[in-house]
Amino acid sequence: MDEINEGLSEVECDILVIGGGTAGPMAAYKARKKNPDAKVILLEKANVKRSGAISMGMDGLNNAVIPGHSTPEQYTKEITIANDGICDQAAVYKYAQNCYSIIEELDKFGIRFQKDENGEFDVKKVHHIGTYVLPMPNGDTVKKALYRQLRRARVLISNRFMATRLLTGKTGRIAGAISVNTRTGEFLVIKAKAVIMCTGAAGRLGLPTSGYLFGTYENPTNSGEGYTMAYHAGAKLANLECFQINPLIKDYNGPACAYVAGPLGGYTANANNERFIECDYWSGQMMQEFHNELVSGKGPVFLKLNHLHKDTADHIEEILHTVERPSRGLFHEGRNTKYSDKMIEMHISEIGFCSGHSASGVFVDDNALTTIPGLYAAGDMASVPHNYMLGAFTNGAIAGEHAVDYINDLDFDDFDQEEIVREKERVLAPTKREDGIPPNQIEFKIRRLVNDYLQPPKVTKKYELCQDRLAEIREDMEQNMVVRDSHELMRATETSSILDCADMAAFASLYRKESRWGLYHNRIDYPERDDDNWKCHVLLSKKDGNMVCEKRDIQPYIIPIAEEEKDMYDKQRVAVEA
Amino acid sequence: MPLVNNPTSVPVTVDEKKCIADKGCRVCVDVCPLDVLRINDLTNKAYMKYDECWYCMPCEADCPTDAVTVNIPYLLR
Repeated sequence: MDEINEGLSEVECDILVIGGGTAGPMAAYKARKKNPDAKVILLEKANVKRSGAISMGMDGLNNAVIPGHSTPEQYTKEITIANDGICDQAAVYKYAQNCYSIIEELDKFGIRFQKDENGEFDVKKVHHIGTYVLPMPNGDTVKKALYRQLRRARVLISNRFMATRLLTGKTGRIAGAISVNTRTGEFLVIKAKAVIMCTGAAGRLGLPTSGYLFGTYENPTNSGEGYTMAYHAGAKLANLECFQINPLIKDYNGPACAYVAGPLGGYTANANNERFIECDYWSGQMMQEFHNELVSGKGPVFLKLNHLHKDTADHIEEILHTVERPSRGLFHEGRNTKYSDKMIEMHISEIGFCSGHSASGVFVDDNALTTIPGLYAAGDMASVPHNYMLGAFTNGAIAGEHAVDYINDLDFDDFDQEEIVREKERVLAPTKREDGIPPNQIEFKIRRLVNDYLQPPKVTKKYELCQDRLAEIREDMEQNMVVRDSHELMRATETSSILDCADMAAFASLYRKESRWGLYHNRIDYPERDDDNWKCHVLLSKKDGNMVCEKRDIQPYIIPIAEEEKDMYDKQRVAVEA
Repeated sequence: MPLVNNPTSVPVTVDEKKCIADKGCRVCVDVCPLDVLRINDLTNKAYMKYDECWYCMPCEADCPTDAVTVNIPYLLR
């Protein structure tokens, strides 16, 4: 294994789904359900059985809109406010209307949701306005349940293939993708009538404070290929300057987690045991207060559970140590920290792109369609804000079903065969050198610079310096990167995605000359929010080989936001008592 | 510039007495999202080849003989 074989083969399908984590399996499943004759390929860099952000499951739904507890109108309003008004509501509203049917479907798959003594869904309040958090008592079984459905629906699964570039056809439609096997270096070209990208966040952008390259908040397999592929194919990407930054358990770098601990009485506290934020829901405004506390004399910041009854603290511990990131228990064991005894030190995560928590994603409409005909995106990499796991499932389903209609009576679009030759040459270049710099060193340097220069608060001069340094690294990467086997080749290809994402993060941030979304886009040189000039999307794309940004109007709101409601997420700090 | 190997203490360990990779088992190698586990050519047992671990646990959870242990990487511990 791991020797580089330069083979190339080609297959055809109706719908290609790239990424087998959360949104991808649902997209593929729904496409097959709607049209059992459609040939659907699910391409996955790892193995669908255990891939993506939820490889070990999830402790609950963070944004469930359940009749009797909340309404699609209320949810749409909440997310619009949480995202500082930058929101095409149609996609959020459609999600909110559809997510309950997805919950029912997941329930049928065998994924149980917590019910109260009356048999009603036991929904908890974590957000500012509405009630949307639903625990999943057997959330560790999600991936197994999904895999069973994929097999049943006879989706064609190709594991250990990493897509590197999309193919666009001569009429401007999507035509397929080029991929490389991560264990053999063999290329697979997949011609497709529609492509659904579900490749997750760009989670390997900043460097965790531990210095360990793979100790990221996101699953480090999610290195931003979706963002990079969309960019090079000419699709538009939205609001990349709205970074993802999360409050995490320090060093372990996993969620603390407000959605589990909050409803049971846990909260975020400073070193004086004081609560300082009103609402632990992860928003940029909340992260700004977290940052303020960290740099004040009252830091660091802690997860506080030791005031709770021991049974409650132990119950929270049990949930947090069995799903999503189950090695959390091992970490605390090593540190001798029990939740019931003392507060747990927290810290700010590295930056990334992830619409699932913030809003940085490939620009999509309410059908999950990007700006390229036939190319869809869903989940953490698509621009629907604050979307989480249920958003990935729901929008994946929307994409899968829409794609089935789209391909009806459609033939493959022709593409330039030279593109394959060029891409093969680009990817394999590091294998042709005897000597040079290995991808892990290049990756470390990019991510260290991202931390030094791009981590908010954002300073214009630092951003410009970063762009210069990244350009130097690009030259090293293109001229000198060397790999010795196909595993390193995968890392090298990821490194090139990480560098593209770092460039995009810097460029988009410099374009938006205001501050917005709390810490996510806190620009020291433009400290105020400027609704007159910047209450709009910023779309980034590639034009004539160069990175460009443009403003895009927000679609007229479907659910109006009253003047007194629009700043509700700004009032995060606990008021000082007179 | 020649390459050298830096020593690193890896987080995933395999109990070779319990591991049945020599009987053809590939579960841990298959499920690892980061693809860092391999089979040793000499012993025919699984081992961690690349120190690129998310300490996410599928290798340990899915191992049919409880041969795999995931530790927290030293830098985070």
